[in-house]
Amino acid sequence: MLLHGFSVALSGLNVFLVFIGVFLGTIIGMLPGIGPINAIAILFPIVLQFELTPASALIFFAGIFYGSQYGNSISSILLNVPGTSSAAVTCIDGNPLAKQGRAGSALAMSAVASFSGGVLSIFLLVLFAPLLSKLAIDFGPAEYFVLMVCAFTALTSFSHGSFIKAVFSAILGLAIATVGIDELSFGGMRRFTFGVEELGDGIDFIVVVIGVFAISEVFLFLSDMSSGAVQKVAPLKSVLLSLKELKDSVAGILRSCVTGFLVGVLPGAGATIASFLAYNTEKKMAGDKGNFGKGDLRGVAAPESANNSSAVGSFIPLLVLGVPGSETTAVMLAALITLGVTPGPTMLTDQPDMFWGVAASMFIGNMVLIVLNLPLVKLLAKILLVPRWILMPLIAILSIVGVYVLNGSEFDLLLMLIFGVIGFIMRKTDFPLAPLILGLVLGGLIEVNFRRALTYSYGEFSTFYDSPITIGLWLITLFSLVAPFAIRKLKNRSQ
Amino acid sequence: MRKIVISSLCALSLGVASFNPAIAAKLSGTECLAPAGAGGGWDFTCRVPAAQMMQKLNLIDGSMKVVNMSGSGGGKAFSHVVTTRNTDEKLIVAASAATATRLAQKVYGDYEADDVRWVGALGMDYGVIVVAKDSAYKTLDDLVNQFKSNPRRAAIVGGSSVGGWDHIKALLIAKEAGIKNLRSINYIPFDNGGKAMLEVISGRAAAFTGDSSEVIGQLKAGKVRVLAVLSDKRIPALGDAKTAKEQGYDVVGGNWRAFYAPAGISDASYNNWVSAVKSVAMSPEWSDLREKNGLAEFTSFGSDFDGFVRNQIANVAAISKELGVTK
Repeated sequence: MLLHGFSVALSGLNVFLVFIGVFLGTIIGMLPGIGPINAIAILFPIVLQFELTPASALIFFAGIFYGSQYGNSISSILLNVPGTSSAAVTCIDGNPLAKQGRAGSALAMSAVASFSGGVLSIFLLVLFAPLLSKLAIDFGPAEYFVLMVCAFTALTSFSHGSFIKAVFSAILGLAIATVGIDELSFGGMRRFTFGVEELGDGIDFIVVVIGVFAISEVFLFLSDMSSGAVQKVAPLKSVLLSLKELKDSVAGILRSCVTGFLVGVLPGAGATIASFLAYNTEKKMAGDKGNFGKGDLRGVAAPESANNSSAVGSFIPLLVLGVPGSETTAVMLAALITLGVTPGPTMLTDQPDMFWGVAASMFIGNMVLIVLNLPLVKLLAKILLVPRWILMPLIAILSIVGVYVLNGSEFDLLLMLIFGVIGFIMRKTDFPLAPLILGLVLGGLIEVNFRRALTYSYGEFSTFYDSPITIGLWLITLFSLVAPFAIRKLKNRSQ
Repeated sequence: MRKIVISSLCALSLGVASFNPAIAAKLSGTECLAPAGAGGGWDFTCRVPAAQMMQKLNLIDGSMKVVNMSGSGGGKAFSHVVTTRNTDEKLIVAASAATATRLAQKVYGDYEADDVRWVGALGMDYGVIVVAKDSAYKTLDDLVNQFKSNPRRAAIVGGSSVGGWDHIKALLIAKEAGIKNLRSINYIPFDNGGKAMLEVISGRAAAFTGDSSEVIGQLKAGKVRVLAVLSDKRIPALGDAKTAKEQGYDVVGGNWRAFYAPAGISDASYNNWVSAVKSVAMSPEWSDLREKNGLAEFTSFGSDFDGFVRNQIANVAAISKELGVTK
């Protein structure tokens, strides 16, 4: 059947669409603020214009999806400007690497990890799709809540130095997430909107991400310049990846791929949680030997493998159940509905070309991705040689455009500036930024699922620990908190 | 036929231009504003029946630009039209039952139905109440009795927020059944209809309230049963699903797809838009596309449609007040 899929995917038009999708996706993804969702929305009219079949349209979308995800990692590593919340994790180690002159290695690692994560998860997709779609059904609000709690244990990995600072940063993220109309309350209570109409929809996480990462970077540059302490970027090193570095990260890529895939299958969990969990795991595995947070290639490999495999995983609920597993696949499904596809489990039988065609096209797309991008790595890394006084205004311009394109709102630009100042202060005072993104992304989800679960159980808290899935997740949470200490203790004793 | 409609309308309203009615009637540089992002109901309404069909049927000059403006559940686009585009003759805006619901609940601030001109509707996604295939609730009566005896045991899920259109549809049935305390109905909102339906299939929720287009796929796959369709007649795409009316609950409700135009445009332009939407609605090409997208036949234009919208706003406002959604 996969062969049939390849015959669909290898038709001239579809190969062309994969190629164009990946190519445009990579370019669009490199722009700050524009992630896969916007990329698909921007390119959607093309699908209508050329009256593509649903299968071809989905193949095109899938190409844009992982293309833009890879593109995102480029700007995360080189410029410390993530386009999505999941790429914020890539910044943590990717950007320090770039500043040490190892941009080429980081980019190459990102390409290799994305490729491996992507291809491996396609195998998982083909083998386990129907089985895993059951997981998506069994995951109720209570299970989501516990999963989010588990994801929060990643906080312990993002506190270089002060754990209190990481917690504070996460709380700030949670607080930002509460802004807006509360859809679960009667009458849609407006929370922390201070009478500002524009805050009713809440604060878009991209605005925050661009503000605290990109704009604060510009502010940092300005403050360095005025104090005459502009840091020099280390000269580019020519070696891309040594065999040892590849060998060291293989296990991490595999683990992150599985984590990312499983989290991706769950509707609503998504790439961000996958990236954070994968990074957390790898950092804990490395223990004291790792250089995580200061420029460790494994810290690039883990989130890149995880977010690509979660992208593939999120196609399972879409293709098997007809239910979107992420915001990105939700946009895809909406587009397919416009093309006359009936959403639901019958999509598999109504559109036989779709499942296998998409699976096969993902193979081709990932190939295109690596073939297109590995040779470009050296060229892209040279962006860092551009003088910072040219680069910084460019980042500012691209950020403003990216945020404005999002909703066409001037108010968002103001917010972006405010978050730029907040990010600047946080970086100057050594508060980690990643927990803020974690809190912001999980805040809404954790609250909504907590309240849904309690509405189901009419206030009975046992709902959070009475199913095998929730118990399993609590155990993982506990393990992730205790294991690092336990391992350290054991090591000390043996010495 | 189309040209006759247009030219006769023009002759009535635009005496001066009537020597060349066809040209005078056709607008160029038109724009359809979708109050949400690409993909989704409003975007579809702009892209397919408006941009695609109007150009294909030669109702407008050249192509129509589609602009997406998301924010505040359509409120941003509404206020944009009222405040800055009030006399733009070339603009139409996609609307649906959700627009009316939010106007009724004052979600768009102080804006009212009067602040725009209602052009016409060309399709309807009728409401449905759905349960899992092997659910103990066999009829609408079963579910309603559960609502009466122990509503907390019967969570009902949907894709709209609390007080949103999916919630309201379920409450219209509860109200019709004589349930006094509407807040006792245990409604849980999800991000979209698809995710909400998984709650029913998994057995966590008792029932789903949504639109028929959302359930056709799951119904065909044999995962769910339709307890009631909120339409006057049964809907072929839903098989032998009974209407709520047949079961003694006089509730008809659906998510219509329609357009409004700015309030400040001339009667001539307004009538022009009305006849353009009418021509699309009556065309065989549209009825084909409409069915493909799971929409039932529903047409209402001009002043009829205006009355229809006001009536719906009044109904939703009343039930929202009872619910405590609005004061």
